[in-house]
Amino acid sequence: MTSKSTTTNEYENYYVPAQSHWPIVGAIALFLIAVGAGNYVANIDTDEGIGGWVLIAGIVMIIWMVVGWFGNVIDESMEGRYSKQMDASFRQGMSWFIFSEVMFFAAFFGALLYARVFSVPWLGGDGNNLETFQVLWPEFQAAWPLTKTPDGTTTEAMGWGGLPLYNTIILLASSVTAHFAHVALEQNNRGALKAWLGLTILLGLGFLVLQVEEYIHAYSAMGLTLASGIYGNTFYMLTGFHGMHVTLGTIMLIVMFFRVLKGHFSPDNHFAFQAASWYWHFVDVVWVLLFFFVYVL
Amino acid sequence: MTTATDTIADVHDHGDDHHDHKMTGIKRWILTTNHKDIGTLYLWFSFIMLLTGGAMAMVIRAELFQPGLQIVEPDFFNQMTTVHGLIMVFGAIMPAFTGLANWMLPMMIGAPDMALPRLNNWSFWILPFAFGILLSSLFMEGGGPNFGWTFYAPLSTTYSNGSTAFFVFAVHIMGISSIMGAINIVVTIMNLRAPGMTYMKMPLFVWTFFITAYLLIAVMPVLAGTVTMVLTDTYFGTSFFDAAGGGDPVMFQHIFWFFGHPEVYIMILPAFGIVSTTIPAFTRKKLFGYSSMVYATSSIAFLSFIVWAHHMFTTGMPLAGELFFMYCTMLIAVPTGVKVFNWVATMWQGSMTFETPMLFSIAFVILFTIGGFSGLMLAMTPVDFQYHDTYFVVAHFHYVLVTGSLFSIYAAAYYWLPKWTGNMYSEKLGKFHFWCSLISVNILFFPMHFLGLAGMPRRIPDYALQFADFNKWVSIGGFLFGLSQLIFLYVVIKCIKSGEKAPAKPWDGAEGLEWTVPSPAPYHTFSTPPKVD
Repeated sequence: MTSKSTTTNEYENYYVPAQSHWPIVGAIALFLIAVGAGNYVANIDTDEGIGGWVLIAGIVMIIWMVVGWFGNVIDESMEGRYSKQMDASFRQGMSWFIFSEVMFFAAFFGALLYARVFSVPWLGGDGNNLETFQVLWPEFQAAWPLTKTPDGTTTEAMGWGGLPLYNTIILLASSVTAHFAHVALEQNNRGALKAWLGLTILLGLGFLVLQVEEYIHAYSAMGLTLASGIYGNTFYMLTGFHGMHVTLGTIMLIVMFFRVLKGHFSPDNHFAFQAASWYWHFVDVVWVLLFFFVYVL
Repeated sequence: MTTATDTIADVHDHGDDHHDHKMTGIKRWILTTNHKDIGTLYLWFSFIMLLTGGAMAMVIRAELFQPGLQIVEPDFFNQMTTVHGLIMVFGAIMPAFTGLANWMLPMMIGAPDMALPRLNNWSFWILPFAFGILLSSLFMEGGGPNFGWTFYAPLSTTYSNGSTAFFVFAVHIMGISSIMGAINIVVTIMNLRAPGMTYMKMPLFVWTFFITAYLLIAVMPVLAGTVTMVLTDTYFGTSFFDAAGGGDPVMFQHIFWFFGHPEVYIMILPAFGIVSTTIPAFTRKKLFGYSSMVYATSSIAFLSFIVWAHHMFTTGMPLAGELFFMYCTMLIAVPTGVKVFNWVATMWQGSMTFETPMLFSIAFVILFTIGGFSGLMLAMTPVDFQYHDTYFVVAHFHYVLVTGSLFSIYAAAYYWLPKWTGNMYSEKLGKFHFWCSLISVNILFFPMHFLGLAGMPRRIPDYALQFADFNKWVSIGGFLFGLSQLIFLYVVIKCIKSGEKAPAKPWDGAEGLEWTVPSPAPYHTFSTPPKVD
C-alpha cells in the first residue's frame, strides 16, 4: 500500500475496479442453484428430475466464482492498490453483512420464542384458548421441550450435558484462540499466529465432527428428527444453520491459514483475517445463545 | 425552464479519462462496475417489471370489469394478484429506488463510484434471474404462486401448488440482491463522502436512502428466514405454521409482518427524499426544516419495527397487543405530519414553477397524504374490523405506493433525465403523461375506498351486483392508467434519441453536486473529491 503524506491522499486512491466477469458468473451460479434446488425439492418424493445435478453444477460454479473473485481482490490488495479508505469500505461492508446474518438468526430465534411463550401454551388452553384446547386436542399437554405434539408425534428431548456442553467449551475456546491469533498477527509474531490459527481451525473441525455425531445420535437413537414437531423444527433449523455458518467460518479460517503460510497480512493491513475472525466470533455468540435457549432452558 | 447554465461544470470533467475504457455492446452492460451503468440497468429493469406487473393488473381489472366469472379461472386470478404484488414490490419499486441510488448517491456526495463496485454489479444481475424464475413458475404444471404476495401460511404451505419451491428460491435471490445493494449504499455514504460533507450537510435524498438501506439490512434476512420456514413446512415436514405440530399459522403473520412493515417504509422513505429534492428546486427556496426532516425520517424508520401487528388486528391477539400496536401506528402520523408540513412550508411564498417533476411532486404530497389518512383510519383497531381485507385496504396501499412511490420515481426520472441523457425531455409530453396519469389513477383507486367501505373483499374474482358500477369505473381508470405509462416510455426514448441538448444545470433552483458536472454526466465523476463547505 502506497502512502503519501498529503491529507487528501486517502481520498485520491479509491480503487474502482475495471470490468469484471465474476459477478455474472455468480449470478448464473445462483440461478442454477435456485432452479436446481427448486426442481430437486419439488420432486423430493419421487426422486425424479435433474434438479440435484443442476444444484451441484451451481454450487461448483459459485465456488469457482468465489475463488476467482476473491483471488482478484487478494491480488489487487497485494499489489498495493487499496487505500485506507478502501479498507474501511471492506470493514464496514463485512460488519453490516454480519448484522444481516444476525437478523437471519433472529427470525428463527423469534420462531422458537414464539412457540415456547405463545403457541404451545395456547394449544394447552392458556390465555383465552380453553375452548380451542378442549375441542381440538384435549389430550395435549403443553410443555417445553415439546416431546409430544398435539397430533401425537413423539420424540425425545436433547439434554445439554455431554456433546452440546463439550461443543460449547470447544467453540468458546476457539474464540479465545482466534483472538490470540489476531494478537499474534498484530505483534508480527508469525510463529504464534500460525499455531493459534491452526488450533482454532482444529477446534472448529472438532465442533463440526461432534455436531454430526449429535445429529446421528438424535436421528437413530432418540427419534428426534426435523419433522418431530416444533421442538425438532427449531432444534434442527437453529443448530443446522449455525452448523452451516461454522462450516463457512472454518473454510474462511483455512483460507486465512494458507494465506498466512504464503506470507500475506501485515500488522496494520489484514482486513481478510479480521473479517474471518469477526465471523468466527459471530458464530460463537450465536452458539452461546443457542446453547441457552435451545438446550439448557 | 432551460435558462440556467452552470460554469462549474467544466471544472470537474478533466482527468477522468485515464480508465475510461468502457466496453461496447452487451458486454459493457454485463461486466460493468460503473455506478451509472448499473443505475441505468436497474431503472430499465424496473420499468420492464412495471409494465409486466401492470399487464397482470390489466388482467385483474378486465376480470373485475363485470360481476361474474368471464375471462380467467379463479386460480389464475389468484396467481395474477400474487405475482402482480410480488413484481411491483420487489421488481418495480425497489429496483427503481436502487437504480436512483446508484446513479445519484455517488454524484451527490462527491464519490468516484459506489464503495463496492463489483458487488454492485452482482446485486443487479441476480435480479433478472430471480424474476425469470418467478415468472416461469406461472407456466409450470399447477401454475405459479397463488397465495397472495404476503404468502400467508397455510395457503403457501399445506394448500400450495407445486411451484412454491421456485417462489421461495426466487425470493431468496431477491433478498440477497437487496441486502448486498443496501450494504453498498450504507458503506458508500458512511465512507465516501467528500471532505467537508458532514452527515447533517448531506442532501436529504442521501439521508433517506441511508436510513432505507439500514431497514433493508435489518429485515430482508427475516424475510429469508420466513420463506425458508415455508419451504421446510411445505417439503420437509416441519410444522412452524401448523398447530398440529405445536406451531401456529399466526406466527407466520408475525414474522412476515416484522419484515413487511419496515418493507413498506423501504418503498416510501426514498420517495420522501426525492420530493424533498424536487420541491425546493422548483420553489427556489431551501428545504424547510432540514434537520427535522432527518429526525422525522429516522423516527418513522424506528417506529416501523414496532407496528407490524396492525396488519393482523382481526387475526386474534390479546387486547393489550391490539392497543399497543394501534397507538404505535398512530404515532407514525406525527413524524409523517412533520414531513408534509415541511413540504408545504417549503412551497409557501416560494417562486414556484410547474415543470413535470414538480407536478408529480405536488401530486405526491396531496395523494400520498390521502393514502396516509386512510392508513390512519386502518390503524384504529375497532374500525379495522370493518375495513380488513376489503378494497379499502387496496385503495390505501395503492395511494401510498402508486401515487406515492411511483409518482416520486417519475418526479425523480424527469428531474434527472437531463443529467442522465444529456438531453431535455419534451415538457409538453411530460405534462401530458402527468395529467393522464393523475386523472386516470384517481378514477382507478378512489372508488375503491367506497367499494371497501361497502364490504367488497379483496383478492376475489367475482363480486356482488351492487359493486358493479364502481368496478366498471375502476377498471376503465386502470386501463387508462396502464396506457398512460406507455407515454412515459415514449418520452424517455424521444429524450434519448432527439431531445434538445441540456445544460449542466437545467433547473435554476436545483442544488447539489450532481449539477456541477456536465450533462450527460461523464462516465467517471469525482475521481478526486470536490471540497464541500
